[in-house]
Amino acid sequence: MIEVVKGTLVLAGALFMLLAALGILRLPDLLTRMHATTKAAALGVILIMLAVALHFAEVAVAARAFAIIIFVVMTAPVAAHVIGRAGYFVGSKLWSGTVKDELRPNYDPLTHELKSGMETQANAKREPKHNDPP
Amino acid sequence: MDTVILLSQVVMALALILAFVRVVRGPSLPDRVVALELFASIVVGLVGVYAIKMDVSSFLDAAIVIALMGFLAAIGFARFLERGGPRDD
Repeated sequence: MIEVVKGTLVLAGALFMLLAALGILRLPDLLTRMHATTKAAALGVILIMLAVALHFAEVAVAARAFAIIIFVVMTAPVAAHVIGRAGYFVGSKLWSGTVKDELRPNYDPLTHELKSGMETQANAKREPKHNDPP
Repeated sequence: MDTVILLSQVVMALALILAFVRVVRGPSLPDRVVALELFASIVVGLVGVYAIKMDVSSFLDAAIVIALMGFLAAIGFARFLERGGPRDD
């Protein structure tokens, strides 16, 4: 019984990783590629580590397997966020079929400043700061 | 069980090849960084499957280290991209 569960988990994890690799190869731009790899690869690692914990069935090994799971769950979104942010700032092209880019009208790539989108004429004027050069 | 292990190893090797194609072809540096991060994840999975196959639990320590290195490499590359520096991609 445990053999069947183990085999299913290992195969499902491997297939999710293949899915992530297919996504990174076939999808059109950086953000969609990240959307494929981050989630599918993390799920693949989680399933395989569950299979490892089932296979050894010892407390020490299961603790390490769950440590890997928690580590992946905590770091995969952070890494994806950081790379996506850097990719947008570097100016990677979005797919031609992109429907909406909410950051485009509010972000100024030259000054690296982001507007909130709530400015009126009055408060959009730039206030002089105390450390400005005269 | 042996056939299942072998099959999953073949599937993950195929995934590594596909990710490597993206590393070679990737039009910009961020694409390559994403592909290299996927590399790290797939290798963690391969090490886990290998630990099951060989019945040696110590391989999990290597998996932990590889996951850590992948994360730190992604952070470092992103910082390099944002802070600038000479790029040729």
